[in-house]
Amino acid sequence: MISLTVNGKQHEVDADLDTPLLYVLRNDLELNGAKFGCGLGQCGSCTVLVDDKPVFSCLMPLAALGNRKVRTIEGLGTADKPGPVPAAFETEQAAQCGYCIAGMIMRAQALLERNNRPTEAELRAHMAPNLCRCGTHMRILAAVRRAAVAMGGGVQQQAEAKP
Amino acid sequence: MTALSRRNVLAGGGALVVGFSLARGAAAQHESKSALPVDLAKSPMLDSWIRIDADGKVTVFTGKAELGQGLRTALIQVAADELAVGPESIELVTADTARTPDEGVTAGSHSMQDSGTAILNAASNVRALLAEAAAWRFAMAVEQVEMHDGAAHSLNGQSATYGELAAMLDLHVEAKPNMPRRARSTVIGQDLPRVDIPAKVSGGQTYVQDMRLPGMLHARVVRGPSDGTRLKDQNLDEIAKMPGVVRVVHEAGFLAVVAQKEWHAVKALQRMQSAGWVRPGEPLPTTDIRDTIRKLPAEDVPIFNYPGPPAPTDGKVVKARYSRPCLMHGSIGPSCAVAQWDNDSVTVWTHSQGVGPLRKSLSELLRLPLEKVRCIHVEGSGCYGHNAADDVAGDAALAARAVPGRPVRLQWMREQEHGWEPLGPAMTVELQATLGGDGKVAGWRHDVWSNEHNSRPQTGGGLLAGMELGFPHQKVRPIPMPEGGGARNGNPIYALPNASGVFHFVEQAPVRVSALRGLGAQMNVFSIESFMDELAHAAGADPVAFRLAHLQDDRARETIQTVVDEFGWAKRPKGGGGHGTGFAFARYKNLAAYCAIALEIDVDRESGVISVERVVVAVDSGEAVNPNGIRNQIEGGIVQSLSWTVNEAVGFDSQHRTSFDWSAYPILRFPQAPKKIEVHVIDRPRQPFLGTGEASQGPASAALGNAVADAVGIRVRDMPITPDRLKTALANRAGS
Repeated sequence: MISLTVNGKQHEVDADLDTPLLYVLRNDLELNGAKFGCGLGQCGSCTVLVDDKPVFSCLMPLAALGNRKVRTIEGLGTADKPGPVPAAFETEQAAQCGYCIAGMIMRAQALLERNNRPTEAELRAHMAPNLCRCGTHMRILAAVRRAAVAMGGGVQQQAEAKP
Repeated sequence: MTALSRRNVLAGGGALVVGFSLARGAAAQHESKSALPVDLAKSPMLDSWIRIDADGKVTVFTGKAELGQGLRTALIQVAADELAVGPESIELVTADTARTPDEGVTAGSHSMQDSGTAILNAASNVRALLAEAAAWRFAMAVEQVEMHDGAAHSLNGQSATYGELAAMLDLHVEAKPNMPRRARSTVIGQDLPRVDIPAKVSGGQTYVQDMRLPGMLHARVVRGPSDGTRLKDQNLDEIAKMPGVVRVVHEAGFLAVVAQKEWHAVKALQRMQSAGWVRPGEPLPTTDIRDTIRKLPAEDVPIFNYPGPPAPTDGKVVKARYSRPCLMHGSIGPSCAVAQWDNDSVTVWTHSQGVGPLRKSLSELLRLPLEKVRCIHVEGSGCYGHNAADDVAGDAALAARAVPGRPVRLQWMREQEHGWEPLGPAMTVELQATLGGDGKVAGWRHDVWSNEHNSRPQTGGGLLAGMELGFPHQKVRPIPMPEGGGARNGNPIYALPNASGVFHFVEQAPVRVSALRGLGAQMNVFSIESFMDELAHAAGADPVAFRLAHLQDDRARETIQTVVDEFGWAKRPKGGGGHGTGFAFARYKNLAAYCAIALEIDVDRESGVISVERVVVAVDSGEAVNPNGIRNQIEGGIVQSLSWTVNEAVGFDSQHRTSFDWSAYPILRFPQAPKKIEVHVIDRPRQPFLGTGEASQGPASAALGNAVADAVGIRVRDMPITPDRLKTALANRAGS
């Protein structure tokens, strides 16, 4: 049995040490948020927070997790009482199929917890590892800007210097 | 399914469908069905679409599926509005071969036009029946009954809930055509928040990928790296002994592994993949796929023919050739299905766009009578057309057959999705026009070469597993106009004299292709709208004015004018020095939504990188049921199309696809997204719904190409307009 802490709760799971964290979250702990997208760390749909940093859970074997704390979208609130980032995504209607959205929210959460006044360029660079194929980018960015305000900051619009 | 058995299923669901009948009786049966909307004519019984329980709960049925386009919410709005109930009191049941009307495939931007219109008309009928029942109960004329908030009210203060009234009615009656709509809309036209989004932002169970059934096993299908390859033979007994493996399913060319835990299935798959692979058939041509296709034998299918006098011999002749490569659907979540066998029947939970056709394919594949196969749609990752959703349903059904009684969840891996999904076909378009002395088009010719954009499964051989079991390949035929496949939108909306077009249908498909969002429309519109700019340039005219001079459709003109005003087209900065603007317009299929786009870009002349500064769009989707939903679809279509246009091309070598993951097939990421997209929805209350999901891709790619030409003076006619290609073109020009 392997012990891990997810969303503040300790769990014991029966899984091989090389099992990626994603499979344990989805199948053993029955958490739907983190998604399998590529298994290669290229799309970000599996993004969760490990000790407050965004990681690709599809690439992190259980053996590498140690006693670091895992947070998933389920830890940010519920459909009825969403946290500020999911609430902003709902307000902006920032989803189409929505398969990428839990990963988007977790990556945005990591940024805003660390820096709730990023510049627009920092915001876009930070979100770059996560792919969306529906083209919901404009709404996702709007949602993160809204969440930044809700979290006491705000995204700084910077005019780009022209050469 | 017969009406009788459907009724049994419905009765089993607890609805009161039998009661005091105020049915119109036989007279309704003899009225012409042709006046009904198409899907309602196919399933004319009202209780196929709408049921009302004794407690007033309304259940609405659609044969279409939620694909992330917001259809669920929009259909609830349509039904709620016309029934005069709150949207929260409606439960919508989507595509399920055992429960819903067969509405074919959720594709072609048809869902609002087909299902939305059918539900609207069915709801008008049901509301009229409820009003008649209330009038009878109140002993008043029906004109003195008002319906709102899920109840009927009389002018003298009586009221009855829909639940009470429904208990007096039998809704198993045929719909009547041309029933009047409610005088005033209260739900249609509102930005109702999407009903599916709360679960999607909170980790709710939404997708077929999220399904967990009691006793469920996990499976992976085992294939070579891409379409046309297979793994070398190997010792499957060794695989069967791997930890957690429950079964290795091997039947002819089909191979899958079933395991207790998903990770065990993945590990078994990876071990089998390491055995190496071969390409048994012909090697792939090493020329660019679009050139390969253009040179293969073709069947010439006329697209359109607009009459007019011959072009003047002294007119200015302009010619151009445009092309696009093969494109990927590129769903973020690899395709998935859950299947379960019980007593020689199978249930498949699937994100296929067409549960009806899939059911037929599966019944052939599994050699089961149709009634032994049930397909239930559950949302998946966005598909954007015919991706691997159907194939994986076949794979899961075969894997599940080996372990009867146990549900089996089978998801493809990333490299399988990239390697095996049917691609959007490569295309070439040649255009030729003659400009008359008045600066207007005097002759026009459109030639388009492509495989057909539709190999959606209809038979066992339409599924990959079916091909592996030796079922005959499906024959592909051209989709006729006015919808068209490769020919889609090849008929210009402009009033052009002496104009014709031919679809050079190439039957032989060296690589696996099928329907990708918009089918041929993206390429045909890119070509026509690029060419209109080239002609305007040749005629010395403003590109928008040139279009308007050839355009008679009033709604098209108003859509364009909206963008011209909102963008400030007249005051736009002069193009050049790496800064430019571009415009394009199309009406999808010349039947669905109108969409005009203007955009402004910067091109970094050192790197060739394009930054989209702003995009202004106008869209006329007819009656706008959910304007914010329309904006979401249009924005998404633009961003996806910019990715196609600037980034994407599937690569091949002589043996296989080389675009095996997101590093080899890079799509648009956040830093590349436009700075701003502004969508103006032109509402047309009480006009027919016009499909919107595929309206913006063609205009977006053409507007970008036009902006590039304006910014750097180079016309790029072959997509993708990658930074490297642009950089090289700029360097070549500087050197010449």
